[in-house]
Amino acid sequence: MTGNMIMDYSLLILFLPLAAFVIQIFIGKRLPRQGDWVAIGAVVTTLILSIAMFTSMLIGQEPQFAQEASFTWLNMGAFKIELGFLVDNITITMLLVVALISSMSHIFSVKYMEGDIRYSRYFAYLGFFTFSMNGIVLANNLVSMYMFWELVGVSSYLLIGHWFEKASAADAAKKAFLTNRVGDIGFFIGILLIFSTLGTFTFSEIFDSIAAGKMGGTLLTFAGVGLFLGAMGKSSQFPLHIWLPDAMEGPTPVSALMHAATMVAAGVFLCVRLFPLFTPDALIVMAYVGGFTAIFAATIAITQNDIKKVLAYSTVSQLGYMILAVGSGAYIAGFFHLVTHAMFKACLFYGSGSVIHAMHHALHKKHDHETDPQDMRNMGGFKEKMPITYWAMLISTLAISGVPLFSGFLSKDAILAGTLSFATHQPIHFLLPVFGFGAAVITAFYMFRLIFMTFHGKPQMAELYDDIRESPREMTFPLILLSTLSVFIFYTLPYFNPFSDHGWYTELIVASDAAVPGNPTSHFIAEGIHHAHYPAMAISLIVAALGIFLSWSMYFKKKISADDWAQKLKPMYNLSLNKYFFDENYNRFLYQPFLKLSSLVAYIDWDLYDKYFINGFGRVTKVFSFFTGRMDYDGLDQTIIDGIGRSVRHTGGALKFLQTGRLQNYLLFALLGVVVIVLVQSF
Amino acid sequence: MDSLNTYLFIAAILFSLGLFGVITRRNGVAVLMGIELILNSANLNFLAFAKFGGMNMSGHIFALFVIIMAAAEAAVALAIIINIFKNFHTINVDDVQGLRQ
Amino acid sequence: MIDAVFWFIVLLTLGSAVTVVLHQKLLYSAIALLFTLFGVAALYIFLWADFLAGVQVVIYVGGILVLIIFGIMLTNRISSVNISHTSVQRGIGGLAVLGVLSILGIMILNTPWHQADYVEPTQTTASIGTLLMMDYLLPFEVTSLLLLAALIGAVMLSRRGE
Repeated sequence: MTGNMIMDYSLLILFLPLAAFVIQIFIGKRLPRQGDWVAIGAVVTTLILSIAMFTSMLIGQEPQFAQEASFTWLNMGAFKIELGFLVDNITITMLLVVALISSMSHIFSVKYMEGDIRYSRYFAYLGFFTFSMNGIVLANNLVSMYMFWELVGVSSYLLIGHWFEKASAADAAKKAFLTNRVGDIGFFIGILLIFSTLGTFTFSEIFDSIAAGKMGGTLLTFAGVGLFLGAMGKSSQFPLHIWLPDAMEGPTPVSALMHAATMVAAGVFLCVRLFPLFTPDALIVMAYVGGFTAIFAATIAITQNDIKKVLAYSTVSQLGYMILAVGSGAYIAGFFHLVTHAMFKACLFYGSGSVIHAMHHALHKKHDHETDPQDMRNMGGFKEKMPITYWAMLISTLAISGVPLFSGFLSKDAILAGTLSFATHQPIHFLLPVFGFGAAVITAFYMFRLIFMTFHGKPQMAELYDDIRESPREMTFPLILLSTLSVFIFYTLPYFNPFSDHGWYTELIVASDAAVPGNPTSHFIAEGIHHAHYPAMAISLIVAALGIFLSWSMYFKKKISADDWAQKLKPMYNLSLNKYFFDENYNRFLYQPFLKLSSLVAYIDWDLYDKYFINGFGRVTKVFSFFTGRMDYDGLDQTIIDGIGRSVRHTGGALKFLQTGRLQNYLLFALLGVVVIVLVQSF
Repeated sequence: MDSLNTYLFIAAILFSLGLFGVITRRNGVAVLMGIELILNSANLNFLAFAKFGGMNMSGHIFALFVIIMAAAEAAVALAIIINIFKNFHTINVDDVQGLRQ
Repeated sequence: MIDAVFWFIVLLTLGSAVTVVLHQKLLYSAIALLFTLFGVAALYIFLWADFLAGVQVVIYVGGILVLIIFGIMLTNRISSVNISHTSVQRGIGGLAVLGVLSILGIMILNTPWHQADYVEPTQTTASIGTLLMMDYLLPFEVTSLLLLAALIGAVMLSRRGE
């Protein structure tokens, strides 16, 4: 594929969904079937184009392939902003992921959102999101990345709040956007620090400048941490993780697309793209934040009863894994996990969507509007009734738990190897692998808990059970496709070793060296990973088995009673169930004081400043104008203007005596006049 | 003292006196008398210039005509005064104030 | 000797003129006017205008003064011979007149009059007659018209009623 074709395809991939958005927004409602075929058509075309690009990448076998094209957006002499595309192997892979999951979401939504009151608008927003996400993927500079970053945040807001009549959905949308913005402040500061020092926004130029030593040390660390803050917000890392669980208020296809596979992955993508500019200090911060998030979110997931919330915290935890990978230097492994996670997490979400859909139907039939269709405690034994859903979700759960033969095993293994090698070289950071392996245990545990509670055992609400049925084709098709893609083989082609990640991915997507002088080279990191590979694999297998066994005995065999343990560890159970009271504490210590501050400021502005100062001005002006008016009317008009008139009249009246009507008087005046004139003349 | 200036001065004094009479006297006939004085002073001037100023006989002719004018004018003026007396029953020019504002 | 007479006549003329304008009683003013006119006629003689002196006496004294006295008589109650009346605005009038007089005086003194040699004319009457018929014929005729008009006018004005 020629360079030009690549760029043309990229342009099409970027703008087709935007066109679909525009069409759907303006005339969607009037099209047949409310225009969902417009959106689906655009996205599937994108998918075809990205498959074409991907195929050419596989054929070309160029690990260092990179194409860049930019145009000058703003040129003010000394200040120039250039925007453009960067297409390399990472970009092509990511484009494929986005296109695939987006198409799946579109198809899934046809049945899931059937009869929704804002059907066409929903598809429009999906198209808008796809456009924004592709923008992030294709960006070659910080400015356009930031622009599309914000656009993605907007689409998230619009889609989470799709059912905005529900107060909780509207609040969740706001929360998502605002938390994102907090992270974006850091992002923006990072951008500014880089621009003010290096004078450019383009990635390649930044990397070159840093390698040349133009920026370094604390300043670069701060810039790196700032940029990472943006990733923290977008990828829901601790402490900005609060929005992702609430974002489950949106429709499930949206959750699958954005909050599992793509949007939240944008933060990881940013870190992967900008890896060369992170200093060791920034990377350490990243690693600890990611590692802590991984284990922290996992501990919350084990007690949650809402099926989507479990998946949400699972996503947070997995994102932590990816960030941990980038921080440890194994950023290619992190990206690998991003790709595999997109597949199986989206599949899990679609599965949960399928289950919820079935529950909705059953409850609706029974005219039951109080029971929560998403609560796992109301499910149970769905395995027979929804076989396709069951098998798809089981495959995905096996993948996420890191069981061999599945994709998740390969990617997780790579990450854990990365952390292990990092800790080997710097033993002080021993916590990182502890976080990693600990989270693996817990992940396996709660994911299988979900499977057992939903699909196995006795149905908890027997009256519903009869009406539960498998979902329609449009919903099961994505399930089948994505669960298939969660098998190891698609990532190890053309090799077939399930225990080695050696395949097209590792051959084509290679790490580049860090640009920061003094950072370990990619070669060094790869060596370390290679050495730690087998120990990590062994430990992860043990750990996964432990988690599955625990879950199996608690929820399948019911040998260990979950409730007893919950009672025994009541305080910890409570903490976990209530997400460590994060939202409550944030509210008490952050939101309320800030709201109080704003109301104080508002009071000062409205009741003090406006009332006294501004109105005072008004009153003074009024008094002043009253006096000027008086001066003008009474003084000027009456006295002076009228006065002139009056005095003229008086003078006239006074001079009336001259007109005596007597001839001799006139004559006298004439004489006097003559005398005066002559006198004046002679002088 | 037979010089031009003498006669001119005399004429000037006569003129002023006549003017005084015109503007001061209340009686219409008295006003008329003042006018006659003025005319006479003018005549005196003419004749003085006729002798001293080289006008010769032209001055005399002029003075003659002035006298004739005076006669005509006196006749008409007296006729008017008599009419005023008939209408206003007074010949105090003060009392004829129809044009008063 | 001639000078004394001259100044006497001047005094007479001016004194009578003062009386004309200042005297309270109208008839006395008229008599004073008579003397003034006579004095002026005498001054004419001094100016070698003997014909005009005669004309002055005849027309002014004989015609106009008589008319004036007629006017006085006709416009007052006959019963009261003392026809007295006051004057008005004497003060201001006097000032104005004094002003005029001073102007005239200053003018007379300052103007360089064109003075030519004077020769006593031999025949004034003949020259006046000749001039009237020759150089000033038109004014002569116009004057006669004027007199006619004045005559008719005066008669018209003084008719009774109708």
